[in-house]
Amino acid sequence: MTDILPLSPNQKAFKEYPKKPAKIKGSSIAILIFLTMCALFIAVPLYVMIVTSIKHMDQIRLGEIFSLPTQVTFEPWWKAWNEVCSGVQCEGVKVGFFNSLAILFPSLILSIGLSMVTGYALALWNVKWAGTFLFILFTAAFVPFQIIMIPLIILSGIIKVYGTIWGVAIVHAVLAMPLLTLIFRNYYKDIPNEIMSAALMDSGSFWRIFFEIVLPMSGNILIVVLILQITSIWNDFIIGLYFGGIGTKPMTVILANSVITSRGEISYNVDMAAALLTAIPPLVIYFVLGKFFVQGITAGAIKG
Amino acid sequence: MPRVEFQNIAKQYGRVTVLDELNLSVEDGEFLVLLGPSGCGKTTLLNLLAGLIEVTAGKISIDGNEVTNLDPKDRGLAMVFQSYALYPTKTVRGNLKFGLSAQKLDRAEIDRRVDWAAKLLQIEPLLDRKPSQLSGGQRQRVAIGRALVKNVGVFLFDEPLSNLDAKLRTEMRLEIKRLHDELRHTIVYVTHDQVEAMTMATKIAVMDGGVIQQVGTPDEIYETPANLFVAQFIGSPSMNMLRAKVARDGERLLANLEDASASIDISGHPFAQPPKDGDQIVVGLRPEHGLVDASDLPASLELPVQYAEKTGSDATLFLKTGSKPFAVRIEPSQAANYQTGAAVRVGFATEKFNIFDAQSGRRI
Repeated sequence: MTDILPLSPNQKAFKEYPKKPAKIKGSSIAILIFLTMCALFIAVPLYVMIVTSIKHMDQIRLGEIFSLPTQVTFEPWWKAWNEVCSGVQCEGVKVGFFNSLAILFPSLILSIGLSMVTGYALALWNVKWAGTFLFILFTAAFVPFQIIMIPLIILSGIIKVYGTIWGVAIVHAVLAMPLLTLIFRNYYKDIPNEIMSAALMDSGSFWRIFFEIVLPMSGNILIVVLILQITSIWNDFIIGLYFGGIGTKPMTVILANSVITSRGEISYNVDMAAALLTAIPPLVIYFVLGKFFVQGITAGAIKG
Repeated sequence: MPRVEFQNIAKQYGRVTVLDELNLSVEDGEFLVLLGPSGCGKTTLLNLLAGLIEVTAGKISIDGNEVTNLDPKDRGLAMVFQSYALYPTKTVRGNLKFGLSAQKLDRAEIDRRVDWAAKLLQIEPLLDRKPSQLSGGQRQRVAIGRALVKNVGVFLFDEPLSNLDAKLRTEMRLEIKRLHDELRHTIVYVTHDQVEAMTMATKIAVMDGGVIQQVGTPDEIYETPANLFVAQFIGSPSMNMLRAKVARDGERLLANLEDASASIDISGHPFAQPPKDGDQIVVGLRPEHGLVDASDLPASLELPVQYAEKTGSDATLFLKTGSKPFAVRIEPSQAANYQTGAAVRVGFATEKFNIFDAQSGRRI
């Protein structure tokens, strides 16, 4: 008989190996400096905005924009939200906030829903002229909005949506279609052929395969597209300005109007507070979904 | 159970013809293996039957009904894929249920079938897991289960075992064979692995270059290959091929071997059409048909040993000839007795010969 081994091959004794010394290379220092500069480029103006928004006008008049507030006040924020005037209406940016929300949801549903199904059909079904269609979409992604704006206004007038929330939503959806369709199509191209073949043999129904197989596999890319769309719809100014009616101006338009139409002394602190209020929702989305954003960009469709 | 028939099938991609004038029928309850090297068109043929790609010309019928232009789901088929193709976001139960989504069934019937398949394949404890939590062999079972629940007559398998390790492959081979014996479905099975073909098939169709080279039972394919391609493709180590010239010596027919510079008596071979004096032929000899040191057999060769190879239960002696080594099966216990360079005499029974026309490659 041979000796019974004290350790099975899977239970190797833990050995301490000397740690490798950390090395700092010249190139990494250069990258760090570059990144710090990039960060400061965003952070310094933001700092100025935040401190200005909580200062009294007396301190602002001194012109020391980098100094910390001597006396903190949240009155400008309250004023920005409730009292600021946009044209003749003095109800603060909160009107715009709710308008923006009302624009956001239909726009998201329309743009993502349409481009998702189009991308799915182009990637996984035999669509005639799919290549030509993709090429046209791809070209359309590079057409500047300003070029087609006037015809679009006329078109939306013809279909009787001009000046309504749905008008803004439809324009957002149409403009987002090329890019989003390409994103979805490329993502769905990674779904293995055999899964699609199996689904064709099992069910064969376009919608059933979409809702039961493909949609549940789209979590990652949905997050990416959601962030992309929420940011671009919320931050949009020009579509809201031209396609929104009197009562459906988004927050960005209200903000711009209120900054432009301030009477007498310019209340920088209220303007800054209003701008920050407008910028908060996309920021919140980034903080909540940012982790998934990176995962979604790097992960493929098949990770289960 | 249905019968599957291909009539004058052609498949072209642009100007490239993959299959042409192909005819094949699979009888009721038969286990047909489409066997051939990569790119021979076997998977294309299977996909044509499944309806995943369209034929350029020809007719496919299942159970007497033409299905050439039907959608995949309407053909009454179930298919198991090489990569299993399980739906990653569904549980095992969800995967099995989705297999039934084209058929309008009530909930009780769906549950009954899922339970039946799960029991048959012993995947009951896995029903609530996701495919990513399963091992390769378990995924394979689920894939087979998804096909089984459909309760159709024809099963298609597309190289289902090539992603498994050797041990699991042997197990699953037996499993599929057992299912076929139990359920008696008509099966069309694509593989490039001759062991799978030989062990499972009731009929093998050997394909090469989009053409069916031979259709027959595993024994027919192995013992009487119809041409040089089939002879060389089936068997491991593969059949020894010796080029020769026929010479008539009175009543006897002799084959003068080129590489071994010897001649053997081939009079005893059951020729379909006896060759003439001076014909170029190829003599094929299976490694296991040679007997080492048996000089009493009518055909024998003396060749120097190149090396001996042992694979546990088997051993093969490779002898030096002009071009390729000549393989002979020997007892593993004897393997050590053969020194490199020593001359060995190998005898063959003439009825075991496979003789082919050198020009056409066909069996004569």
